[in-house]
Amino acid sequence: MATSAARLPPADYGRLIGRARRVDLIFAGAGLLVMLVAMGMLMALIVDLAVDGMGRLSWDFLTSFPSRRPERAGILSAWVGTSLVMIVTAFLAVPLGVGAGLYLEEYAPKNWMTDVIEINVTNLAGVPSIIYGLLALGLFVYAFGLGETILVAGMVLALLILPVVIVATREAIRSIPQEVREGAYALGADQWQTVRMYLLPAARPGILTGTIVGLARAIGETAPVITIGALTFIAFLPPAPVQPGFPFINFEWLNSPFTLMPIQMFNWISRPQAAFHLNAAAAGLVLLVMTLLMNGLAIYIRYRIRKGMR
Amino acid sequence: MPNDHTVKSYDQQINLLTRKIIEMGGVVEQQLAAAIDALTNRNMDLAARVIEQDDRVDDLEEEIDTLAIRLFATRQPMAVDLRLIAMAMKVSNDLERIGDYAANIAKAAARLAKVPPLKPLYTIPRMGQIAQEMVKGVLDAYVDRDTQKVLAVWHRDDEVDEMYNSLFRELVTYMLEDPRNISTCIDLLFVAKHLERIGDHTTNIAEKIHYMIHGERINRLPRAASA
Amino acid sequence: MSIRQAQRSGGVEVEAREVEAPERAERLAVPMAEPKGLTQQRTQAAAAPEPRAEPAKPKVEIRNLNFWYGDFQALKDISIPVGERQVTALIGPSGCGKSTFLRCFNRMHDLYPGNRYQGEILLYPDGINLVDRRTDPMLPRLRIGMVFQKPNPFPKSIYENVAAGLRIRGVRRKSLIDDKIELALKQASLWDEVKDRLGTSAYELSGGQQQRLCIARTLAPDPEVLLLDEPTSALDPISTARIEELVDGLREQYTIVIVTHNMQQAARVSQRTAFFHLGRIVEWNDTELIFTNPKESMTQDYITGRFG
Repeated sequence: MATSAARLPPADYGRLIGRARRVDLIFAGAGLLVMLVAMGMLMALIVDLAVDGMGRLSWDFLTSFPSRRPERAGILSAWVGTSLVMIVTAFLAVPLGVGAGLYLEEYAPKNWMTDVIEINVTNLAGVPSIIYGLLALGLFVYAFGLGETILVAGMVLALLILPVVIVATREAIRSIPQEVREGAYALGADQWQTVRMYLLPAARPGILTGTIVGLARAIGETAPVITIGALTFIAFLPPAPVQPGFPFINFEWLNSPFTLMPIQMFNWISRPQAAFHLNAAAAGLVLLVMTLLMNGLAIYIRYRIRKGMR
Repeated sequence: MPNDHTVKSYDQQINLLTRKIIEMGGVVEQQLAAAIDALTNRNMDLAARVIEQDDRVDDLEEEIDTLAIRLFATRQPMAVDLRLIAMAMKVSNDLERIGDYAANIAKAAARLAKVPPLKPLYTIPRMGQIAQEMVKGVLDAYVDRDTQKVLAVWHRDDEVDEMYNSLFRELVTYMLEDPRNISTCIDLLFVAKHLERIGDHTTNIAEKIHYMIHGERINRLPRAASA
Repeated sequence: MSIRQAQRSGGVEVEAREVEAPERAERLAVPMAEPKGLTQQRTQAAAAPEPRAEPAKPKVEIRNLNFWYGDFQALKDISIPVGERQVTALIGPSGCGKSTFLRCFNRMHDLYPGNRYQGEILLYPDGINLVDRRTDPMLPRLRIGMVFQKPNPFPKSIYENVAAGLRIRGVRRKSLIDDKIELALKQASLWDEVKDRLGTSAYELSGGQQQRLCIARTLAPDPEVLLLDEPTSALDPISTARIEELVDGLREQYTIVIVTHNMQQAARVSQRTAFFHLGRIVEWNDTELIFTNPKESMTQDYITGRFG
């Protein structure tokens, strides 16, 4: 008796399906709306930037130094500075971050001390960036006496994005299925062999993604860099890294004063003349393009790695 | 309870197989009894019926073989199940042969009923009696899975063989005495031979049952004096 | 014509017989109990065969092995020899400890904290105790290879997968590596299918091929013992048959221990079988004897499907 009462009469199926479809439609519609609003605002921002700045974009703009005259001002020192600082940041953050993440995930013993370190690492990602600036000022610039240089800028930004890289590394390694690990150990690999030959290669895409995220954040950070003393009016370039005589590469440029794109933009937008605002908009466009290029490069690298693996 | 298969239909099919063996055994028992009866009481009608019934025995053997093969294919039997099903096929084979011999005895009985009796028979009914007891014993052992009964039957075959040998000598004597006895004596000899073969097949069945129960063969046992 | 009619016209004798068949059938309704007179028959049947004499010497000998996951004792007092150049199968219901036992051979449990071994797993000819705390876990792994239940090729090319074991051992000469890879793939009967695409990713192979690749990977560094942990349970019947055929060929050179859920597979593939239950070995013997005439009733119940 009970079983027959539990059967639905056919008509009810139709009602259930109808209701489910309506709910689907509502949610899809709401999602679409929200996305349009978000995308719309973003587009509005970019279009505004483009409208203002497009006119100022030119080869001269890209290759001139800043100047008191808005129509002659350019961003050469700014984008060269940004590029160089990003290189230093990447060079410092990636090995340190991956190494630390690797240690925490594979080598650290599972005790309370490791837990404390883990908690702190994740918290560091949320620390306001200006505090990093203060730390760098006190430690690198004054205590170590390194001065307001590209090197120090790279160091402070590397510190800033270190937690991001560490967490990304850990997540990437954690997501490697246990079978790969067991397979490697069962073949007689020791821990370093397993990490080097199997875990790291498999984790590369994830690590790369994390690095992209970190660098994308760093490229726009202004507060810590200003704190350590980036200048806003630089009419010269750092020394070239290559030179004709022996040893053909020099690292003088690390010690050079510098400026960055966001700083230059901030400087221009603070001036009363409207013409400088147009410059700032144009610089903004260039910064956007630089960010996109950097992301694109990393995505391409990740794609090549994935293709090699799958 | 650990005695039942997890899949109930497996138990049902094995029980069906065993029941068919028992049924076949029962039919063969009756055939043998009727054939010997027809012989001793010179009953031609009874003999005719025994001959007819032999088809039923053959049908049962075929049913048992078919069921056993289906069980092999579908159940992949192991250990005790494997032995049971495999031996069921072999036992049905032996039972069918016993049934054939019973029919042959009935045929001889039909022929002997038409001629005057040679002399009051003693040995052949005695052999028939032992054969019937052996068949009954082995079928009981099958149902009860009783090793004692199996061995009891196994040891009795010697008795049957000895009786056959002495009967052989006796009949040869009659044949030498009076050539007119030859035809009758030969029929009697055949009957005796059939009974002796029935004893052998029953012994075979006993061996199969022992293997079914224990997974070991009797043959390796030293042939002790009958229990 | 029915027997009844024959009976009426026949002699008295027939009547008594007719009762027998139904009576016997009734006796049958009682479940098949333990055969009567069993124990004394067994002792009387003195010619009863003992487990056939063991091969000349075992390759591995396990003595009083106990194993704990934390507080839970997963293996209790296991003692069994593993014959050289034989396939030994481990069967038993889920959670009975057979995989746990297998993973003791190459110290896989060491990868996870909180495990404890006690007892001996002696690897001959040297007689090293593989589970001794003083034995470095890498040692058994370098001499014993393992194939897992789910095929787990590395995310690399076919060539690199098979070469993995060699690279780990520091083999550098490319010609040697090439030769060993070819040999291993042939032993795993995969060579013909992949010889033209050794550089492609291992993930492009089918499940059965991937498992054979894992077998080749394990064979390349010449292990002494092969451990197979349910190697075909994730594969279709045809791949399963190919791997069983493979194992049959491999046993001429290697000592093999295989864990399997599938009893028919154990029966097909092994020469010795051990039945595990709740962390103990209930019975071990020649495969043929285990599957035709096991000594323990629990073994019989398991293999005939009367368990649980």
